[in-house]
Amino acid sequence: MSSPDLTRRRFMTRAGLLGCSVAASPLMTPISFAAAPWDTRLVVIILRGGMDGLDAVQPYGDPAWGNLRRKLAGGPENGSLDLDGFYALHPALAPLKPMWDSGQLGFVHAVSTPYRDKRSHFDGQDVLEAGTTDLSAGARDGWLNRMLQDMPGVTGETAYAIGRGEMYLMKGKAPVAEWTPGSDLTLSPQAQKLMELVMEEDPAMHAAFAEAEALTGESAVQQMMQGVRSKQKQVKGKVKGHVRIAKFAAKKLRQEARVAAFSLNGWDTHQHQLRAFEPALGRLSDVLLTLKQDLTGPIWNKTAVIAMTEFGRTARENGTAGTDHGTGGLMVFAGGAIKGGKVLGTWPGLDTSDLYEGRDLMPTRDVRAHAAWMMRGLTGLDRAKLEAAIFPGLDMGRDPGLLL
Amino acid sequence: MTEFDPELAEIRFGCGLSPVVAPVANRQAMLDGLTAPDTMLDRFPIETFPQFRTRMVEAQALRKQRRKVRGTPEGEALRKQVNLLKKDARESKVRWLGQTMLRRTYTDTGFRERVTFFWADHFTAHGKAGVIKRATSPYIDSAIRPNITGRFADLLIKTVMHPLMLDYLDQARSMGPNSPQAERRGAKAGINENLAREVLELHTLGVGGPYTQTDVRELAELFTGLTFAAKQGFKFRKDFAEPGAETVMGTTYSEKPSLEPILAALEDLAAHPATARHIAQKMAVHFVSDTPDPALIEHIEARFNDTGGDLSALYEALLEHPSSWSETAPNAKLPSDFVGSTLRALAVSPERIQAMDEKIGRMTFVGPMRLMGQKWQEPIGPDGWPEEDSNWITAQSLSARIRWAMAAPETLMPDLPDPRSFAQTALGARASDVIKFAAASAESKPEAIGLVLSSPAFQRR
Repeated sequence: MSSPDLTRRRFMTRAGLLGCSVAASPLMTPISFAAAPWDTRLVVIILRGGMDGLDAVQPYGDPAWGNLRRKLAGGPENGSLDLDGFYALHPALAPLKPMWDSGQLGFVHAVSTPYRDKRSHFDGQDVLEAGTTDLSAGARDGWLNRMLQDMPGVTGETAYAIGRGEMYLMKGKAPVAEWTPGSDLTLSPQAQKLMELVMEEDPAMHAAFAEAEALTGESAVQQMMQGVRSKQKQVKGKVKGHVRIAKFAAKKLRQEARVAAFSLNGWDTHQHQLRAFEPALGRLSDVLLTLKQDLTGPIWNKTAVIAMTEFGRTARENGTAGTDHGTGGLMVFAGGAIKGGKVLGTWPGLDTSDLYEGRDLMPTRDVRAHAAWMMRGLTGLDRAKLEAAIFPGLDMGRDPGLLL
Repeated sequence: MTEFDPELAEIRFGCGLSPVVAPVANRQAMLDGLTAPDTMLDRFPIETFPQFRTRMVEAQALRKQRRKVRGTPEGEALRKQVNLLKKDARESKVRWLGQTMLRRTYTDTGFRERVTFFWADHFTAHGKAGVIKRATSPYIDSAIRPNITGRFADLLIKTVMHPLMLDYLDQARSMGPNSPQAERRGAKAGINENLAREVLELHTLGVGGPYTQTDVRELAELFTGLTFAAKQGFKFRKDFAEPGAETVMGTTYSEKPSLEPILAALEDLAAHPATARHIAQKMAVHFVSDTPDPALIEHIEARFNDTGGDLSALYEALLEHPSSWSETAPNAKLPSDFVGSTLRALAVSPERIQAMDEKIGRMTFVGPMRLMGQKWQEPIGPDGWPEEDSNWITAQSLSARIRWAMAAPETLMPDLPDPRSFAQTALGARASDVIKFAAASAESKPEAIGLVLSSPAFQRR
């Protein structure tokens, strides 16, 4: 049940915190901003449900591994891809192996937020997205928004929170555009014209409508018209939701956007993990490949992606061939701007005495430190600011060298 | 006093215009409606909270049985039974959303629905886990709706001490550090300041109010003992209560653990001038504009102070002030206002709504409202839904409103009305020439209706 002070979920409240305020939207003005405030791209993916980092990147070289994972043993013998003689990559991530080989994919093992013990998704995600040590002060905004608050020249086009679920890490005072690719306005050309006319009576609504039209783009209208003309065409080749989100993110990042964040769900693998884990990993793989493909050379080379989860899972597999909520987990990083091809992090070992509370992978470093170093490298943000305002109470420690 | 505008009264203070219910005649009728027999409650019933508690009792009993047989087939069967109870509560919540909307569709005292919503938002609460997660509508009907015309202090006491609020803001397990229970449980027990903080910050004085962290702490200690059980509802547990006196806002409350000092503290907070200011401000912003006339706020505030927080007197102050009727910067409707006023303008048949199963209800209301930015009865924090239009008039939210306006009416009514007359029905004198033109020029009826419903005149109140 609820725990003292850890349950307040109140990230946004006041004016303009939800979505981009009309006044801040550059779509109000026909001219794009000539110079973006900075030129690198940061994509943050929240893996909701608690990813089993031990199964995604399997420490098969640890002597205690075989006793902990039987059905979920993995390792090269079971089709996993050896990474460095100690770790092996889950076969569902095989499409990402070329990225690993070219140094554009890396992992950090045994990391976690400061959240401990209750192992609640809800509170764990709140802590992850608030970027604080706990929620006792009542977190009111997310760390990625606080980063934007410290950057110059941020407009309503600089950062995108994409997808239907709420992205608390993007809530806060800085303007953030929210959009779900499925939210397209699909009006007939006639209705669209009339709607424009009707909206003209109200400046704020007119601006929001114009922005919705711009975000919808031509594709949706075209698709709909095609659908009217020939029903067969409409059904063919439906793009999956998570790929649409990645494509939308890439499209915005090719333009003025510098930051994008979205979630991938489905990591809560309590049972039959052999089967249940694959689709989630597949989605992660799809998303990273889509970003690489759609960001094209030069922009991809300025891009860093980090994927984080609220906690890892139990070191030992449970009685239903799955794993339960744990502590230490895995961070994934990718992009043309990163120095990958390695698994970072201090490995704590898997002997029972090495485990947190005898059950979970022991976290050896605060995952926020990696996010902070990433942001510092991409934007030049001051270390003191990162440790005081963006991740209050964090000691960034030494530079893990995530970026080229 | 300004001349009374019945249409604006319905749009701004009620649930919108209707083809079957005449607009309210005058201010006095609006106020009288609040104390008239609650016909909507009877016609579109929702479970009371005590009725809802029987679900909680049942779930608790099953879980208790299950603990003994966990891991066996019998345990599995019990788990399924609990899940069925949860499913039933989930389905009921969607059904009650329909009932709430039907009350808005057919009421002749729309002000009552709006005032109830206002206080339900001010005293936002929803359960945290299990069956109680779906108890918000029963809470509103039991703790708020019957108390909207009494004293503010009574409404405060009824809501703050309600099981749903105690659950939502972590009060139910809060124990004084020196209470008998805490001594028995050791490190596992603790005090929780959540409810105390929100009572000061949200329910009474306001975030800018003259309280300190010490007041929060002291009030939290005073609140220890407030809890509930599924079977009997609210309970005061002496063994949870922190011994000794507590001083909140300069007043010291009795040393003996009991309910009286807690009630006294709530009475004092309700009567505080900062509370009057806070409530007046909130009311003016909610009902009139994001940027209300300061004179309106002062008018309501003065009435609060003069009457000791008599709620009916506050509504009277609100309705009688000329600024309440100004149309210079009207608010955007919340998605629930928009959906409710659409059903009202179409006079959708109750049978149609009541026949919806959970899936259809979700597709028709819950999902679209969520895209509009309002996850039904689950605002992000205890401060409820944001008032500022900038939260609601966003590209994504407006897009969701337009999509729903274009698609939903067709699914709710076999025969859509003539769009030209519909513009008049839905907007009355506020149907502009542009809207009438658009309604008459659209290619199809659903598009024409959608245009009227999407228009700024319909989206604002």
